[in-house]
Amino acid sequence: MTDALAPKLADPKKTLHGVSPMADASEGMSYLERLPRRLVTLYLPLTIILIVLLFPFYWMALTAIKPDEQLLNLEKFNPFWTWTPTLKHIEKLLFDTYYPLWLWNTMLVAVCATVLSIIASVLAAYAIVRLRYRGAQWIGGAIFLAYLVPPSILFIPLSSVVFQYGLFDTPFALILTYPTILIPFSTWLLMGYFKTIPFELEECALIDGASRWQILIRIVLPLSIPGLISAFIFCFTLCWNEFIYALTFLSSTQNKTVPVAIVNEFVDGDIYRWGSLMAGALAGSLPLVVLYAFFVEHYVSAMTGAVKE
Amino acid sequence: MTDATLNNIKLAPREATTWQRLQVNRNWLGLWFMLPAAAFLILFLAYPLGLGVWISFTDARIGRGGDFVGLENYEWLWDDTVFWLSVFNTLLYTIVASAFKFAVGLYLALLLNQNLPFKAILRAVVLIPFIVPTVLSAIAFWWLFDSQFSIISWTLKKAGLISTNIDFLGDVWNARWSVIFANIWRGVPFVAITLLAGLQTVSPTLYEAATIDGANKWQIFRHVTYPLLTPIIAVVMTFSVLFTFTDFQLIWVLTRGGPVNATQLMATLSYQRAILGGHLGEGAAISTAMIPFLLAAILISWFGLQRRKWQQGENND
Repeated sequence: MTDALAPKLADPKKTLHGVSPMADASEGMSYLERLPRRLVTLYLPLTIILIVLLFPFYWMALTAIKPDEQLLNLEKFNPFWTWTPTLKHIEKLLFDTYYPLWLWNTMLVAVCATVLSIIASVLAAYAIVRLRYRGAQWIGGAIFLAYLVPPSILFIPLSSVVFQYGLFDTPFALILTYPTILIPFSTWLLMGYFKTIPFELEECALIDGASRWQILIRIVLPLSIPGLISAFIFCFTLCWNEFIYALTFLSSTQNKTVPVAIVNEFVDGDIYRWGSLMAGALAGSLPLVVLYAFFVEHYVSAMTGAVKE
Repeated sequence: MTDATLNNIKLAPREATTWQRLQVNRNWLGLWFMLPAAAFLILFLAYPLGLGVWISFTDARIGRGGDFVGLENYEWLWDDTVFWLSVFNTLLYTIVASAFKFAVGLYLALLLNQNLPFKAILRAVVLIPFIVPTVLSAIAFWWLFDSQFSIISWTLKKAGLISTNIDFLGDVWNARWSVIFANIWRGVPFVAITLLAGLQTVSPTLYEAATIDGANKWQIFRHVTYPLLTPIIAVVMTFSVLFTFTDFQLIWVLTRGGPVNATQLMATLSYQRAILGGHLGEGAAISTAMIPFLLAAILISWFGLQRRKWQQGENND
């Protein structure tokens, strides 16, 4: 029976393995496939893709702890491993540069911009979904369009705006401009989330005499905490990732954020710069990766939620 | 006596004051709730967007407001070979990278949608390239693409496939393929994970039914999975195309537009002209020239989506 079915389902590779025992009785239809076949069509491509996706990080981490002489001598030392890890590059990063300061700047800008955006988005999303004032539909559409306006188009006029408002080279230049990227996204996400909260709860509260503000604070917000976490994590990541505004609006070394500082301050003629460059890139990525590790589900739901809506 | 109390009771629901009416007025409340978001978006998004178009019609430089010069910047760009090269590069970059991101992303999503051990962990790991800031992973690629100490060249040399180091970022076409590869690397997780979310909503019973009807793998994909996935594909690819088209960070870190403008995208060219060169007007004209392309991308995917919905007889929800 299985042999009769096999030619229909299998590709030519399968015949190489001949008859083999049935794969384990896992769920769904995968029992129709045998292990050797799964090895070739599933595990092998998956492993290759995973290796390609993760190799740059391995290489980054390895470079950050390799001694200098091993970095540039590929013949004498095995480049894929080191038996003598060193913390020299990280030490140089922490004590000879402004790295801790840059990290602090990035964190400050990201947290402030995210909090501002979330507050503005919660109010806007609630108003669009539940107050349904005249023209709410159109405003919702306009906010979605705002999400599609890329920073690469805005940075030139924004730089003159930032200059006019006297914000140039201050953290406020970024704290006030990042919300333009974050608000459309998180409003859109929270609108989807607020729609899932039963309308009846609010009606009960209205009958009990609660004002709209009280409903929002006491009923809607506590129920939408997962949505808020999703929006927060995603916005925080976006802030951390932002580059072109930070590159354009900041000029002094002490004010820079990690991505800009690494690109501009570390790239000198030094042939031995790779170690500290990689250490800097690694240290700049770690906070996000750790945060992400704790909130994977929220992050994924933010990403897919915004697309699905 | 009874009449008096009745009268009192009748009077009790007093006239609401204007203030109290406003407090429950949807439009009035809506205005206040929208105010913070609107303030940000008008001051820092709508106004600059208009200002950008205006600047592109002036000869503004850094530190000096410009005078209106009409279409002079655009006429200048029309005759500028570097500009047209950057348009070509941007289109090549966007089309090739998006196509590969879609193909590999969909493939990866299909793989992850099967029964796998440690599925949740795998999914989390796949997304890591998307979490890490682009600039920082681009720096890792810069090191991987180093002309002398690239581990890729070293491995290929050890394997006997090449005899000299590959000059990844120094040669015109090598540089183009290298930045496109780095962009694909970063974009695939996003496409894969969002498409996976779409795949998980497809009911397994459909696959079972198709299998019983004798459909093979490809037929199942082509006639069951793909049609159901089309709406989400349209949205994901719109985002992907938009962000690839306006990419700046990756190019800036890896090549800064070089060698001889071979990887100069419109975004990097406008930065170079406007901020480094000081010609705000010209830079703004390049940025503004990106808008028609973006609108076209949005409209194509939008109408594609509408048509599909119409075919499937769905409501526009």
